[in-house]
Amino acid sequence: MDEAQVGRALTRIAHEIVERNRDASELALVGVRTRGVPLARRIGRAVSEIAGETVPAGALDITLYRDDLMRQPVGPQPVVRSTDIPFSIDDRRILLVDDVLYTGRTVRAALDALIDFGRPRAIQLVVLVDRGHRELPIKADYVGKNVPTSLRQSVQVRLMEIDGRDEVSIEEHAP
Amino acid sequence: MKTEIPAHVVNPVEPKTASLRGRHLLGIAELSPEEIGLILDTSDAMKEVGSRAIKKVPTLRGRTVVNLFFEPSTRTRTSFEIAEKRLSADTLSVAAAGSSVAKGETLADTARNLEAMSPDIIVLRHSASGACHLLAHICRSRIVNAGDGMHEHPTQALLDAFTIRERKGHIAGLKIAIVGDLLHSRVLRSNLILLQKLGAEVWVSAPATLMPPGIDRFGVRATTRIDEAVEGADVVMMLRIQQERMTGHFFPSTREYFTLFGMTEERLRRAAADVIIMHPGPMNRGVEIASEVADGPYSVILDQVANGVAVRMAVLYLLAGGMADEAAH
Repeated sequence: MDEAQVGRALTRIAHEIVERNRDASELALVGVRTRGVPLARRIGRAVSEIAGETVPAGALDITLYRDDLMRQPVGPQPVVRSTDIPFSIDDRRILLVDDVLYTGRTVRAALDALIDFGRPRAIQLVVLVDRGHRELPIKADYVGKNVPTSLRQSVQVRLMEIDGRDEVSIEEHAP
Repeated sequence: MKTEIPAHVVNPVEPKTASLRGRHLLGIAELSPEEIGLILDTSDAMKEVGSRAIKKVPTLRGRTVVNLFFEPSTRTRTSFEIAEKRLSADTLSVAAAGSSVAKGETLADTARNLEAMSPDIIVLRHSASGACHLLAHICRSRIVNAGDGMHEHPTQALLDAFTIRERKGHIAGLKIAIVGDLLHSRVLRSNLILLQKLGAEVWVSAPATLMPPGIDRFGVRATTRIDEAVEGADVVMMLRIQQERMTGHFFPSTREYFTLFGMTEERLRRAAADVIIMHPGPMNRGVEIASEVADGPYSVILDQVANGVAVRMAVLYLLAGGMADEAAH
């Protein structure tokens, strides 16, 4: 996907969100670090424009909730970054945003983390790319693009805010 | 199996993993400035956990931490216990009084017996300098030094640095005055090493009897005139007069000490306008610090206590890397 395709996908997702959630004042976005955060901000701006209602966006770091912590035989710990959710999630409809949906383990950790912050009315999942290969029963509500992949491939999402350009590419690496 | 980061990337991807080089936290002396930075950055994220409605994350589930305290401590022990609980570790605290230590068991034997119950981390406070190094040699568990004799108290220095950084934004280039019982203080030693590593300009002041010989080897400016140390200081750190460690007479009376070295509002006027006052606790009001200073607007003494939990969570998290390997043995 190039810049224009990423932009169109996010705009379409924003329209779908407004269509499915009549009352935009109940909505809030939470992006999963790292690349879910700028995606959440962009979708938030688009939804705010369409619905005429400001939708807040926060950032969630799921490191402390990972299911593979301390399972590596030796070695370093994942770097913990800060979580910043500057609003109450109680009784809101939370749109959880990530760049790539793969095994579903990140989303599982994010759901656990979110529930420690309060009791949202609903959580809906937004991803830019769904690449398949789920290991947990998790499904996205809004998908920018479904990309069939093999396990040997990796999906690279690059975003202007972090990488200087918008692009989604599939890269091969040796088995 | 990471792909190369292209050269034209504006903001190269931050590292995904990081670790301390050592298995234990025995002292600040063994840490590099980068490792100190990693602990402080991780503490930032941990502090946020403490502000949530549910102040708990599942990170250290199934890990056991033993707090072994051979010296009385309220603040440090409570702080470690809260940090461990917020990370979901199973914790137990052993105090010297009422344990087999009171029946004459040696430190090494106590440690070996605890180790037989396979704790993952042992947090040790002991009156002998080097007690943590001894334990690190004979135990497989990770050791965290919670204060050993007159040697080091690394988590206190780290929480002090975290508090300074939180208030001032940086540590390099600040003038930091440390005043009080320098001779008996492990907090001083850890702080000197840490603040020097991060590039602060450190002054120390005490009566000549409480000035450790050779303190200038740490590269600090030492003076017996407190006003000289406080002049223009960005941070003033007061140290407790440790009467319980004093084996002789170091000054005529606490009243005289207060007159010459106590921190008063008047004395503080010489410092920078936005000076912060720190004290590792417990305070002797009216000996090293006046009540109106301790409770005044410049005081960050209670912030230090709150930050202690976040810093200790960060240390426990970072030391816990790679434990699966050891559990299998």
